[in-house]
Amino acid sequence: MEKFTVHQGLVVPLDRANVDTDAIIPKQYLKSIKRTGFGPTLFDDWRYTEPGEPGMDHSKRAVNQDFVLNFPRYGGASILIARENFGCGSSREHAVWALDDYGIRVVIAPSFADIFFNNSFKSGLLPIYLDAASVERLFKEVEANPGYQLTIDLAAQNVITPSGDKLAFEIDAFRKFCLLNGLDDIGLTLQHASDIQAYETKRKQTAPWLFN
Amino acid sequence: MAGKTLYDKVWDAHVVRQEADGTCLLYIDRHLVHEVTSPQAFEGLKIAKRQPWRTASMVAVPDHNIPTKDLDQGITDPVSRLQVETLNENCRDFGVTEFNLGDPRQGIVHVMGSEQGATLPGMTVVCGDSHTSTHGAFGALAHGIGTSEVEHVMATQCLIQKKMKNMRVNVNGKVGFGVTAKDIVLTIIGEIGTAGGTGYAIEFAGEAIRDLSIEGRMTVCNMAIEAGARAGMIAVDDTTIEYVKGRPYAPKPEQWEAAVSAWRDLHSDADAVFDCEVNLDAASIKPQVTWGTSPEMVLAVDGIVPDPAKETDPVKANSIRAALKYMGLEANTPIDQVQVDKVFIGSCTNSRIEDLRAAAAVAKGRKLASNIKLAMVVPGSGLVKRQAEQEGLDQIFLAAGFEWREPGCSMCLAMNADRLEPGERCASTSNRNFEGRQGQGGRTHLVSPAMAAAAAVTGHFVDVRQL
Repeated sequence: MEKFTVHQGLVVPLDRANVDTDAIIPKQYLKSIKRTGFGPTLFDDWRYTEPGEPGMDHSKRAVNQDFVLNFPRYGGASILIARENFGCGSSREHAVWALDDYGIRVVIAPSFADIFFNNSFKSGLLPIYLDAASVERLFKEVEANPGYQLTIDLAAQNVITPSGDKLAFEIDAFRKFCLLNGLDDIGLTLQHASDIQAYETKRKQTAPWLFN
Repeated sequence: MAGKTLYDKVWDAHVVRQEADGTCLLYIDRHLVHEVTSPQAFEGLKIAKRQPWRTASMVAVPDHNIPTKDLDQGITDPVSRLQVETLNENCRDFGVTEFNLGDPRQGIVHVMGSEQGATLPGMTVVCGDSHTSTHGAFGALAHGIGTSEVEHVMATQCLIQKKMKNMRVNVNGKVGFGVTAKDIVLTIIGEIGTAGGTGYAIEFAGEAIRDLSIEGRMTVCNMAIEAGARAGMIAVDDTTIEYVKGRPYAPKPEQWEAAVSAWRDLHSDADAVFDCEVNLDAASIKPQVTWGTSPEMVLAVDGIVPDPAKETDPVKANSIRAALKYMGLEANTPIDQVQVDKVFIGSCTNSRIEDLRAAAAVAKGRKLASNIKLAMVVPGSGLVKRQAEQEGLDQIFLAAGFEWREPGCSMCLAMNADRLEPGERCASTSNRNFEGRQGQGGRTHLVSPAMAAAAAVTGHFVDVRQL
């Protein structure tokens, strides 16, 4: 996994609450057996005016000019801001892969759905929750200022605005450590293989029916 | 010291180790696998040259992509076929038990798991699918995970997790005639909101929950995720134990008594403390119909579609406006005046035998209304289908004009050929009314099986209690 330390990027505002993972990546693209290639179909139903299917040349499809990701001023954005409960619904990690493949490194919202939040860290996508007032401020600033960029300093746990204001954010120590170092969870867990074996040995005695 | 909640008990029994910041390694007893969220995980194992930690903990089944008719032609969509073939190949390569197409045990992963007894009280259960919360009906800690975690559980038999908070939703008293588990859980979601349970494990309790069969309890726990909670749970009682007894993966006869004795403790202690507690009066619950594009946008069947002009919160007013536009509805319309085009009875929420019986009871002796383009019944598994046919339910549905299909996820998420066309309106027994969920531009209204059948025979939403 790629390390995440400091990231500066253009911000795109998606002014919706309860953005679900079906909207982030519709079901027809989940038939892929790969982890990559989901970027062109991120927010597919909102982004294009005609239905999409796997295998199409998405660069030739008519785009919805009213959808914020298609506004020229937000081209190349890498930080997405949204409203409450971002990523609700289906557990599909394809939603994270689609954001990542499109080039989004950070999502900022007042709250996230649990499974999406958890999945994000596995691909080095940083979900940041800020209070609703701070998110509202970012929406206002990004809409008022073309080319609006934010800097995310993970080590210091700050979102830094163009004026230099620092908005502090919370992150779990373990997740921060893994992101900063680009660490693979499985390798870390397997360092504790003897603990897992010891647990199993004990459990097989007290609840053998779990191992039938 | 305060007593433990049901969630505390199951959690504590599975902690392998705990770090100073509270991050735990949680041992996983059962790993259910399907074709959509597993290929990248199996590939990860192969690339890293890792083996599954405990293959016997895994049970696999294809469900999301499966066609529900003309199965003799196999899966004609080549992309879907490749995904199912990839599951078959991975299961062969790693020695994982799989109930493949043609096996009567094949069906929706969350129907198959409980039917086989593969999900037992007190277990930790995961699957790369958010509706894994279904299995909490057995007093198990069950929740959906992403594909990276699927690979992590395959490789280590553990999840890296922090403990969630405890919420209890008490549905006090008894529900009235014609009110089902689906109406109970939709009412709960309407009450606490689609993010109300975020960060919590929800225990559903109270007389109305106790009165439910295991299948009803599965319907309730299934939709815990639509209230934001990864896990929903219900305490073990005689109903649970009776259901499990004799199933293929149940404890062996010589293990049975010890297992039951352990399961008897799977309830919250009387002095357990919850971080949040919600109380609902069962008697006041009416049959429910969702009107919008989030499960929290729900009404009693005698209700009217909301008016954004009456909403003071601007974010909520915007959501209502967007939902009305997508759903093609006017504010203040009585929901029972809304006509439907299609009816879908199925999904991991409502495709079990009791669901089909409830729908058949309404369909019996009636015919589809003339405006209904398609009404389909998709049993949750081959075994459910067989039982329904033995009871003659298929004949009732066919006589009324419904299609009787093969098991799978079908039009709950429309990954196969079963889908809504743009603008079509559907009464659906599934769990999500998101934009495009049942097909791009499709409009989904979530209801119980009886309410779906009632919409099919009248052509519009109607209070099934008055039919």
